[in-house]
Amino acid sequence: MSFSYREWWGLIHGMGLGALFLLAFAGGLAGLYSLRPALITPEGVVERLRRLKVGVVGMAVVAWLTVISGTWIVYPWYRAKGPTSPRSQLLASPSTKDWHEFGMEWKEHIAWISPILATVVAFIVLYYGTNLIRHDRVRRTAITLFVLAFVFAGIAGGFGAFITKVAPVK
Amino acid sequence: MADAVEQRPAAERLARIEFTDRPEGPIAAAIIAGGVGAAALGLFTTLAEASTGFKDWLQWSDRVGPLSGKTIMAVGVWLVAWAILHVALRNRPYETRRALVVSLVLIALGVLGTFPTFFQLFGE
Repeated sequence: MSFSYREWWGLIHGMGLGALFLLAFAGGLAGLYSLRPALITPEGVVERLRRLKVGVVGMAVVAWLTVISGTWIVYPWYRAKGPTSPRSQLLASPSTKDWHEFGMEWKEHIAWISPILATVVAFIVLYYGTNLIRHDRVRRTAITLFVLAFVFAGIAGGFGAFITKVAPVK
Repeated sequence: MADAVEQRPAAERLARIEFTDRPEGPIAAAIIAGGVGAAALGLFTTLAEASTGFKDWLQWSDRVGPLSGKTIMAVGVWLVAWAILHVALRNRPYETRRALVVSLVLIALGVLGTFPTFFQLFGE
């Protein structure tokens, strides 16, 4: 009952950082949603804003760590030359080649939009702070970008899980 | 009536919270720059498919392949665009909604450019 070095990195990239990403997204979204005048007290706003900052900055940091570890550590093993790499295995059969030609090709690119958008949201929250309570338009804009960052990461994460199921990095 | 009762305490609570007025320009700059970064990624992905020479040039790391150049270039374009837009809009009351519309269009172009069925149409 053990994992190889590569499998450990696959777990860190997919499950470890993926779980942290979900956690940060849930916290950040709840924080952004509840930052409304009807739900805020002057006493609670400081604590709530601090939690929101942790959520959005955390999601941005985790998103960057995920794409960097995925692209620079796990992906080279996936695309290694030779018949045993996951990419070669997928391309070897007509029944599995779409996992690479569509799934992996989309995943490896679209994932990078997520940290960019998450960073934009983190900047908005850090820069605007309590003003988000007064300016609903800006708060809704931040929510839209935050959800988009999550959706793009979800597409990448979903394909990553499926591809790992069909041809794992070992 | 019920709304008025609920609104009053909310307005009172708002009055007790400290706000520091800040222009929306830097927010608009960050939002548009995010869209520029996404569009740049889509553009580099499609161009790499259309031109073998460009694809080879993007191979900044042999282990990672052309993805290394595409992503580093896209992040670079995003950061440069953010810096330029920030300087241009920092003191302007640029509307966030307008920035979001511009950004969503750019993000949509970025998603299109990274969509395999689309960029593979340009394969050499």
